[in-house]
Amino acid sequence: MSADVTQESLSSNGHPLIQIEHLAKTYLLGEVEVHALRGVSLEIKRGEFVAIMGASGSGKSTVMNILGCLDKPTRGTYMLENIDVGKLSRDELARIRNQKIGFVFQGFNLLSRTSAIENVELPLLYGATTTKSRHEKAIHALEMVGLADRVHHFPNQLSGGQQQRVAIARALVNTPSIVLADEPTGNLDSRTSVEVMGIFQELNNKGITIIIVTHEPDIADFTKRQIVFRDGKIRADKVNLSPKIASAVLAELPVIEDEEEEA
Amino acid sequence: MKIANILLSAFRALQRNKLRSFLTMLGIIIGVAAVIAMLSIGQGAEYSVEQQISSLGTNVLIVLPGSQQTGGLRVGAGTMTTLTDDDAQALVRDCPAIALISPGTRAGGQVIAGNLNWATGIEGTGPDYLDIRKWSVEYGDFYTDQDVKAAAKVCVLGKTVADNLFPESSPVGQNIRIRNVPFRVLGVLTKKGQNAMGQDQDDVILAPYTTVTRRLTWYPYLRQILVSAVSPAAIPVAQQQITEELRMRHKIAPYDSDDFTIRNQADLATAATATTQILTILLASIASVSLLVGGIGIMNIMLVSVTERTREIGIRMSVGARGRDILTQFLIEALVLSLVGGIAGILSGVGGSLAISNFAKWPTIITAFSIILSFGFSIAIGVFFGFYPARKAALLNPIDALRYE
Repeated sequence: MSADVTQESLSSNGHPLIQIEHLAKTYLLGEVEVHALRGVSLEIKRGEFVAIMGASGSGKSTVMNILGCLDKPTRGTYMLENIDVGKLSRDELARIRNQKIGFVFQGFNLLSRTSAIENVELPLLYGATTTKSRHEKAIHALEMVGLADRVHHFPNQLSGGQQQRVAIARALVNTPSIVLADEPTGNLDSRTSVEVMGIFQELNNKGITIIIVTHEPDIADFTKRQIVFRDGKIRADKVNLSPKIASAVLAELPVIEDEEEEA
Repeated sequence: MKIANILLSAFRALQRNKLRSFLTMLGIIIGVAAVIAMLSIGQGAEYSVEQQISSLGTNVLIVLPGSQQTGGLRVGAGTMTTLTDDDAQALVRDCPAIALISPGTRAGGQVIAGNLNWATGIEGTGPDYLDIRKWSVEYGDFYTDQDVKAAAKVCVLGKTVADNLFPESSPVGQNIRIRNVPFRVLGVLTKKGQNAMGQDQDDVILAPYTTVTRRLTWYPYLRQILVSAVSPAAIPVAQQQITEELRMRHKIAPYDSDDFTIRNQADLATAATATTQILTILLASIASVSLLVGGIGIMNIMLVSVTERTREIGIRMSVGARGRDILTQFLIEALVLSLVGGIAGILSGVGGSLAISNFAKWPTIITAFSIILSFGFSIAIGVFFGFYPARKAALLNPIDALRYE
């Protein structure tokens, strides 16, 4: 299986990274059928920075969970690096999540009472890595998000923005094909939100594919492509030719919040 | 995921809830300690019974004359007049597996010393009787080969008899009358106490079997021959040699049955220890119920823990943990609980049984078997009761686990 994966991913350079066709998802709530997705087709190429937008109940989170191999569609196909994800077993899906996908959640989802570096190392525990290279990779990932000096802090000793940066480091540590972020700024104040978006922009500039789900247009403005969902269907899919630059926005923000964030 | 990593995270998870982990372990600790203590009490009882039985002599065989058969009526072992003094001498001569023998006969009667009297049994024995029975003379002497050959009217008193006939003076050198035959007392036996059947072994008078035959019973055949094998292991060989020798001497045709019986102390020991073994099993099974309850405690806590840490399971799954990684993690946590509990239980069980034997003066024996048994049992309980919650965790849907509040 693993040999196939590498071969296919090597030969898939011409293919889109993500290709979904006629994707539908139906939940059964009691006796009522809820159509979360009603036939969605979408392509995302390597190196894109995409915002999936929509009101709650529009199906944006559902599509995110399916893209992240956390959930399976009721109908339709999902090709990730030319692999038909719908045909994989639970264990193979876990492997895909481990190797190809990095998650960032709204509520950070860090393990409490567990230090930053141990949180970042978590994905490596489920792969084949030696203790030494695990430490090196984790520290490198923490450096990328600017937390080299907070390696042994516990989540409750870190600010919200710092916690989210630990979560981003965790998502990056296995050098995934995509980083998926579900409302990554939802629990953060506006200045920290911009900082986090800045980190995403930096990572995207290095060639990492990033997909974020958000309902805030302000946040979506930092991305290069905006896909709007409504009632389980795509209503708009437009390229943002002039994304806002996080560093520039930060420079214009008032300084008071800076002190608050550091405190 | 490597075992070392799993072990580490299991210890961490248990450390986060120290009190709860300890209380969960307490069930296993008490269970294991109870099993070990109960087994040690039972085995202590078993051992002391065995000790009492082996006080008869461990490598002793008793040859009895066969049962008398008149028509179809069989009267019981020892009623046939087949064993003679010559048989006894032949056994010593021809059976290399035999170390010592003591031909025996028996009489009963009233014994008089001065103005006191006492009814007791008189055992006629050879001079090696004490060696075979691992008995000794407390003071005075035992009779010799010479006394036996001459059918000398000498005897040795059991402690009980001595106390009853000579409450204030030493019996050695005194005369007593057994059924009006005067005997000189040579010595007094050391106290042996009760045998396994509750009989007072000290209520006896020993005299040369020749004397008992000629002066008291006028019965020229032997009631029994007491034989000691060269070692406990040689008992079956000795038994075989005796059978062959006596069949030959008694001219028994190959298809006829023996006209004698050989009894083995081991048979008696087996019967008596069977009782105490039942006691041990009973005690241990009561104790193992508490071990079972402890196991259910582990399952309960693990179920709570799975529910409580559903989100953590979701996070782990989202970064690539497979079902079996989660299963192993929770199983190891349950195992660590039962293992640590098991070790603590062994320590307190051993301590408990030492305390019992020290303060209650109750004999206890701790065997490797009882430790291995209860330890193995506690591990099995950890796996068994840990498996269901662990499986429950492993089968969680990643997205449901992540969304769990």
